[in-house]
Amino acid sequence: MWTVSASLIPVMLLSIYVFGFRGLIITLVSIVSCVVVEAISQKALGRPVTAGDGSAVLTGILMAFVIPPGVPYWLPIIGAVGAIFINKELMGGLGFNVWNPALVGRALLMASFPVYMTAAWIPPIDWTQSPLGIFLGAGAVDTVSTATPLYVLKHYGLNALMQQFGGMETIWRNFFIGSMPGCIGETSALLILVGGIFLLVRGIITWYIPVSTIATVAVLSWIFGGETWFGGQPLVQVLSGGLMLGAFYMCTDYVTSPTLKSAQIVFGIGVGALTVLIRLKGGYPEGVCYAILLMNCLTPALDEWFHPKRFAPPKQAPVAAVK
Amino acid sequence: MAGFTFPRGGIHPEEHKEITEHLAIEEMPPPAQVVLPLSMHFGAPAKPVVKKKQEVQEGDVIATVEKALGATIHSSVTGVVKTIESRPHPTMVKCDAIVIDRNPDAPPREYQSEDWRKISREKLLAAVKNAGIVGLGGAGFPTHVKLSPPPTAKIDTLILNGAECEPYLTTDHRIMLEHPEKVIEGAKVILKILGIKNAVIGVELNKADAINALNKAAKEASGSDDMNVAVQGMEVKYPQGSEKQLIYSLTQRAVPGGGLPFDVGVIVQNISTTLAVFEATVMNKPLYEKVVTFSGRALNKPANLRVKVGTVLSDVVDFLGGTRDLLKIVSGGPMMGFAMSTLDVPVTKTTSGVLFLNSKETDSDLHGPCIHCGWCMEACPMGLSPKEVGIFVEAGRGHLTERFGVFDCFECGCCAYVCPAKRPLVQFARLAKIQIKKHG
Ligand code: SF4
Ligand code: SF4
Repeated sequence: MWTVSASLIPVMLLSIYVFGFRGLIITLVSIVSCVVVEAISQKALGRPVTAGDGSAVLTGILMAFVIPPGVPYWLPIIGAVGAIFINKELMGGLGFNVWNPALVGRALLMASFPVYMTAAWIPPIDWTQSPLGIFLGAGAVDTVSTATPLYVLKHYGLNALMQQFGGMETIWRNFFIGSMPGCIGETSALLILVGGIFLLVRGIITWYIPVSTIATVAVLSWIFGGETWFGGQPLVQVLSGGLMLGAFYMCTDYVTSPTLKSAQIVFGIGVGALTVLIRLKGGYPEGVCYAILLMNCLTPALDEWFHPKRFAPPKQAPVAAVK
Repeated sequence: MAGFTFPRGGIHPEEHKEITEHLAIEEMPPPAQVVLPLSMHFGAPAKPVVKKKQEVQEGDVIATVEKALGATIHSSVTGVVKTIESRPHPTMVKCDAIVIDRNPDAPPREYQSEDWRKISREKLLAAVKNAGIVGLGGAGFPTHVKLSPPPTAKIDTLILNGAECEPYLTTDHRIMLEHPEKVIEGAKVILKILGIKNAVIGVELNKADAINALNKAAKEASGSDDMNVAVQGMEVKYPQGSEKQLIYSLTQRAVPGGGLPFDVGVIVQNISTTLAVFEATVMNKPLYEKVVTFSGRALNKPANLRVKVGTVLSDVVDFLGGTRDLLKIVSGGPMMGFAMSTLDVPVTKTTSGVLFLNSKETDSDLHGPCIHCGWCMEACPMGLSPKEVGIFVEAGRGHLTERFGVFDCFECGCCAYVCPAKRPLVQFARLAKIQIKKHG
């Protein structure tokens, strides 16, 4: 888990560059509150305190990465209570939670503080104008003057998106490198991809879930996402919002995703399909969070339905001992 | 050459074989006293046929099994029976044993070689039985029983298990390297007993020198009999030497769960056992000595030793210069072996190695909850779900785990090896089996 956290450091550094130190502070608050909440709840529930095992730290980082940089500094504390105390410790601790803790935190904040969570965007710092912006970014920023690309795309259409963020190529470039408004950790598809590939190479995650999720989003948004059939913008959909972060870091959470390859592919396709459904037809411009949470509910069932291929099983089925 | 292998699962643990693999087999001088447990392996305990104070020669029968499944025991030294009493035992805590004080002046016993080609099948089989040979790798199933399959079984291949995939162990490696001709001859004796023509020796590719030696010996011996002994390199992967995996690697035949190798026309013998068969039939020498790897970083002078069965471990440790920072004693390999709590236990017929591990080689026992990473399922060569078994057992529902195939689990330990939460999955599987049986 420390490796997973470490692989997110580049993303963190970029977010400082893009949003100033505010993003870093929010992240630190989130990490500390997750660890503290875990320690307190474990004490209270009479369990061994394992808050330092790295899992709460990772939850803290990921939760901070899916909230906007302009929210008040105390907001992540509330998220941590939901993510760690309610979702993890009350369910039995590490390994027993059904939902991804970071996303539960975000969902709780979305439901309780919708204004902060949908409007506290910060425009990327323009370095040509203000070399000191990195420091100023922590304070006097007009947090509501901008909107995320997916929001614009959803409510005003592609033309408005091009107008506000430049031509199609600029959009792709900015999305990929990471210069656009959005949550702290979701701006740069490139860095998340780098981190994800690092985890793949280290054998910590497998490609089944990320690839099936991203491919499903690309295909479905291409088919259904435009004004005409096959007129969608798959690349915009894939590179924006939390999709990359979700696919590589949230969907691959061991505890809340299925264990077998085949089940993982089904899981990924489910996340992708639900994401597109929410983004195109639902009330939110962004659907990754709820898509993953919904598929998390199916994980125990997927684990039950898919079994590993046995090597040379007995000829007769064993006497069913289920009672 | 990629080498043959089994279809799924498996791991690559650190080998630690470098400690002893270049050390030639050494003879340990017979100890002043040997302790021969009446129960050394699978099957019924033997009944003593000697009395206290009786004089015995090296190689004399001292205990037999009349009716039940089991094997004869021979004295490993010349001397006097001191007592027959309960002594510490590697697996059974305590067990009745014949204790013999060696006569320090007695010369080692000499044996006359014979040409096995002139001996009938029945006589060869009887020689194996009289020599008290059991499978020397693990459970110690009596070899003469294994070599008399039911007439319905259509055996066509003998497999010699030279995989030695357990870390640390180098016994079979050294035997194949130093006595390849005996291994090949032993294989031919077994082929003759079984009345078949084909044998294949499976060896992991990390023992290239042994493969070469065997190939050379096989070539020299070919032509003299109408039999074919082939050597096949196999991928280095644990548990390559497990019976079902080995059979699949070499013949692509899968022994179904609950089945035995002869269901797919195969009989498997271990290398040490083959050597014992050679000595029993060609040299008329019963099984009372064996090559054992003594290794581990807590042992001052690791070695491949030829020791008398019944030698107490503390004598071996003294001979090998003692230990330092000793934390754990394991009989067998680190994967499937078992921990022992005392040095007072003797080497038995089934001891393939004894490891003396220091604190760096031993894992702590703390384990966490399952995080569902699925690595254990990836590693399990049988395609089971160790994590589910563990979760069920922890929740007190171990009796419901039969559907995860626990009875196919042969406790290889791959799952526990890869588990990031260090869960004792093998113990969970053992408990599950007990609970299912208890539950009826
Ligand atoms: S010990 Fe059993 S469950 Fe674990 S890997 Fe080996 S066969 Fe599979
Ligand atoms: S390897 Fe360990 S933690 Fe991972 S699924 Fe298996 S039992 Fe659970």
